[in-house]
Order: sequence, then structure tokens, then C-alpha cells
Amino acid sequence: MAMLEVNDIHSYYGNIHALKGISLTVDKGEIVTLIGANGAGKTTTLKTISGLLHPRHGAIMLEGERIDGLPPHQIVMRGIGQAPEGRKIFGALTVLENLEMGAYARNDTAAIARDLDFVFALFPRLQERRSQLGGTLSGGEQQMLAMGRALMAHPRVLMLDEPSMGLAPVLVEAIFETIRKLNKEGTTILLIEQNAAKALQVASRGYVIETGQIVLQDSAENLRKSEKVRKAYLGEA
Amino acid sequence: MRRFSERLNLTDVIMFIIGALILLLVVVGSAATLYAGKYTTRQWLDLVVFGVALGSIYALIALGYTLVYGILRMINFAHSEVFMAGPFTAYFLADAMGKSGFLDQNLFVGLLIIFAVSMTVSTIVAILLERIAYRPLRFAPRLVPLITAIGASFFLQYFFRGLYGPNIKVYPEIAFLKNVIRIGDLNIQYLQVLVIAAAALMMIGLQIFIQRSRTGKAMRAVAEDKQTAALMGIDIDQIIVITFVIGGALAGAAGVLYALMFKQVNFIMGFIPGIKAFTAAVLGGIGNVPGAMVGGMFLGIIESIGPTLFLDGLNVPAPQQLKDAIAFTLLVLVLIFRPSGILGEKLAQKKA
Ligand SMILES: Nc1ncnc2c1ncn2[C@@H]1O[C@H](COP(=O)(O)OP(=O)(O)O)[C@@H](O)[C@H]1O
Ligand SMILES: [Mg+2]
Repeated sequence: MAMLEVNDIHSYYGNIHALKGISLTVDKGEIVTLIGANGAGKTTTLKTISGLLHPRHGAIMLEGERIDGLPPHQIVMRGIGQAPEGRKIFGALTVLENLEMGAYARNDTAAIARDLDFVFALFPRLQERRSQLGGTLSGGEQQMLAMGRALMAHPRVLMLDEPSMGLAPVLVEAIFETIRKLNKEGTTILLIEQNAAKALQVASRGYVIETGQIVLQDSAENLRKSEKVRKAYLGEA
Repeated sequence: MRRFSERLNLTDVIMFIIGALILLLVVVGSAATLYAGKYTTRQWLDLVVFGVALGSIYALIALGYTLVYGILRMINFAHSEVFMAGPFTAYFLADAMGKSGFLDQNLFVGLLIIFAVSMTVSTIVAILLERIAYRPLRFAPRLVPLITAIGASFFLQYFFRGLYGPNIKVYPEIAFLKNVIRIGDLNIQYLQVLVIAAAALMMIGLQIFIQRSRTGKAMRAVAEDKQTAALMGIDIDQIIVITFVIGGALAGAAGVLYALMFKQVNFIMGFIPGIKAFTAAVLGGIGNVPGAMVGGMFLGIIESIGPTLFLDGLNVPAPQQLKDAIAFTLLVLVLIFRPSGILGEKLAQKKA
């Protein structure tokens, strides 16, 4: 059974039909990437999975249990964590408080403390700045915090929405390294990226989305070789 | 030169002149009053103490406006009725306990019961208000819940009028609370000590709760960004209800303090203190919790010493009757010149 299964979902913003039948699956222990141009519907797909948007049609299953229709906080409790697009750090909360909010849905104190140690080991920078306000962090640090915060939920599936956006090349490298590392330690990841080249390097499989529809799906290796992907998303002639 | 004149429009000029004139009036009036030396230090201190007590009550009510605004970006204009419902209901208990002598014999227990009843009733009203009047309109344009709030305000006034009658009811005198502590020129009634201490305790408690507790942190997260807060597993509806509960409980407590200070309760008792507390919240920067406390205190003191200090020296007759005018002039001035309040509200500007 797939860890996460999205089956033919249609989502709307008012009358705007943003997702026109998206289907995808993420298996346990995989990194799956969803690539596509700006405005294709990647963020909308994540919003629908996390319950911020309810699909008008279709189903979403987490380990076989339907989660579409649940309010977002219950979806988080069932194990879907997200580092949203634009990081969305709580600027008036300290780094530590941001991380505590990530674990808000849990009450297993000992395990939360272990995960906090894990996040601090992963991003030592966050530990140094633990009592600093989130709003005072640099872009790279905010991205680390957004990922750390999502990890504090100890999610079964971690969804990352353009984690490399706006970061300097060194930081992009570091973020992808972290993604690889997390996955090695067993985290299942759904990765959204505009940086298709990087995403297809770390992912095992990928989906290509265009104007609210999946137009291509294959192993990352095959997608890297596909002419369409190379032209449209890898910037090759 | 040309750009300068283009930027200056007539309204700005008129507003600036009005502001300057009022400031001048305040300065000249204060100087004249102090120069005349009609009032003793003791009298000034009396006014300040009264102002601090009054300001504490405004601050407690103002917190309800500011907390709800912080979370929902909406002015809960029915909050003045939340403030009225508690002490108006608790009056019957207070009256019975006063007449039977229970209150004088067991003051502490008696007051505790009155507070508990008032806070409970105000809290229930606040919860119902959120559930029935505001929640269905959560995603409506901002003007809609505002109008509903005004409607709910009238509904509650006349509901309680129907329930308890239109007459003014008088809270029992508590002899013990009339004792006075004297420290040099400073005279403080026990009642004022009670008001100030109770308010201070609640505000300190609230501040600790918001800063330290899990729920308090979640409230701050929700105030900043609801969608992201939801992605943390925070139940937004629950946090909103908790916010109304806190605001309601504080208003219910403020209501009892108000009733003990001014004795009279009736179905429109919330109106004036409600607008004053709203003024205090705006003064402190609406959405800003410490701001509401500072704003309340500031308004209470200005209202208490203002009429005498600003107006007496100008030979204005019966200046005390103009205290509301002073308070509301302050509101208008703040809205015009510094709408973000004394302490400002960083979040509102970002979100607006
Ligand atoms: N809040 C919104 N209201 C209306 N339309 C939106 C909203 N958010 C996104 N859209 C539209 O939905 C489509 C998909 O957007 P999005 O999912 O953000 O794309 P991506 O993340 O792939 O860049 C776009 O056409 C966008 O304009
Ligand atoms: Mg996006």
C-alpha cells in the first residue's frame, strides 16, 4: 500500500479550476518530486493534501485511510508535515518556539525532546539562534527552520514546497544534502521544486505538472533523459 | 518646493492645525492650573490613584478587544455587552449576600463567588457570540462581522433588559473596602487596592500565559498566520474560542471591579466603558497585548486628572463633566495621527 495516495483530485479557488484531476502516489521511504512551471498547481496540490483546501472531487489516502475532508490540524496529527512555500516562519516567535509549534499536535514529551536534538544536530545554526526571533533569521536559516519545524511533527510524509527558492547556490546544495540525509534515515518525502535538475537528482520518481494536470510521470532517471523535461525544465536546447 | 506643496493636501493642513491647537490648549491649560496652585499635592495624588484604578479596569476590558482583533482582525463591538452581562447577573447574588450580612462577614469568599459568577456569565456570552454571530462569517468581507457585532451588541443589551428589567440596580456598599491606607500625602482606599491588585494579577497572569504556555504560543502563532498555524496541527477554531474565553473572563472580572467602584449596574452599563476600553486598545495599538494594558492605564489617568489639569486653569466651568469629551478627543486624535497606536502594531501592518 502506498504511504500517500492522491487520486484524481480537483481543487478550486472560487471559480478557478486549479487542479484538474491530479493523481500521484508516494511509497514509504521514497523521495518523489513534483516539478512544474510557476502557476502549474504544485502548491495547490500540497494545500489540498494538507487540508487547507478541500478537493471538490477525488480522494486522498494516507496509508489507506482517507484524509480528504479532514481539517488541517487533524491531517497533521495523522502524520503529514509540511514546510510551506515561502517558509512561513512565525517572525514574532523565537526559533525554539517555532520548533515547539511544529510539535504542537504531539504530547509524547520524551520523543519531542529527541526530535529537537535531532533537528539541532541537523541544523546546528538553529541551536545557536534558538532564542532569536524567527523574523531576524536569514533566508537560508529560515528554510532550515521551516524544515526543522516540519520535522518536529515527526511526520510519516514530509512535504517540502520549493525549499531551494531564493537561496544562494551553496545553501541550495546544503538543503538538498539534508533532504538526501533525511531520506536515508527513513523519512518519506514529497518534494516540490522549480529546480528540476536538483530535484531529479535526489528523487527516485517524479511527476510533471502543467496547468493543473499531470502530464508525465516516470522514474527520476527516465525523466532526466526525457526530451520534454530537458527542454522545458532543465533548460537544455 | 513643488513636490512639497503637492504632498500637502488641505485635510492634512487642517488636521495638523487642529492637533496643534489642542496641544496648545493642553499645555496652556495645564500651566495655568498649576500656576494657580488651587489644588494640593494630596488632591492630585487622589486623582492619580483614582485614574490608575479606573485605568486598570479599562485595561482589562481593552485586552478583550485587542486579543480578538489580534486573532480575527475584527473589532468585537459586542464586547461591551460581554462586560455588562457578568456583573449585571452577579448583582442579584451580591445584593442577597449584602442584605444577609454574608458579604461583610465573609468578604473574601463573598467576593470570590461574585467574581466567579460574573466571569462565568461573561465568558458564556462571549463563547455564544463567537459561535453564533462570528464563526459563520469567518470568511465574509470584513465589514460584515463588524455590522453583526453592532447588531449583537444591541441584541444583548435588550436581551438583558428583558431578563433583569430596565432599572438601575445598586451593588451593596462594603464597609471594609472604604478603609483608607495613608502614606504621607497618598491616600488609597482598600477598594482601589483591590481593583489595582486584582487587575495587575490578571494581567501578569495573562502575559505569562501568552508568553510561556503552549496554548499562549499557539495564540501568537495563529495571530501571525492562521494557515501556517493550521499546518502545525493547531486547531484554529479552538484557539479562537480560547481567545474569546479569556477576553470574556477578563471582562467579567472588570465588570465586578467596575460595579464595586461605581455601584450602579444596568443593561447599558457597558456602552461607555466599552468605547473607552476600545479607545485604550487603539491607544496602545490594537492587537498589541502590553499596549492594551498601557493604553488603559494612560486613558484612566488622563480621564481622571485631565479635566482638572487641562481645563480648570482655563476657567472652564464643571470640568469633570468633560472627562468623556477628553477621552474621545484622544481617540479621534490617535486615529488621525497615529492609527497604529502608541506602541504600534507590527503585525497588522504586515497583514493589512
Ligand atoms: N489563493 C489563490 N486564489 C486564486 N487563485 C490562486 C490562488 N493561489 C493560486 N492560484 C492559482 O492557481 C494556480 C496554481 O497556483 P499554484 O498552486 O500556486 O502554482 P505553483 O505552486 O505550481 O506555482 C495558478 O494559476 C494560480 O494563479
Ligand atoms: Mg508554488
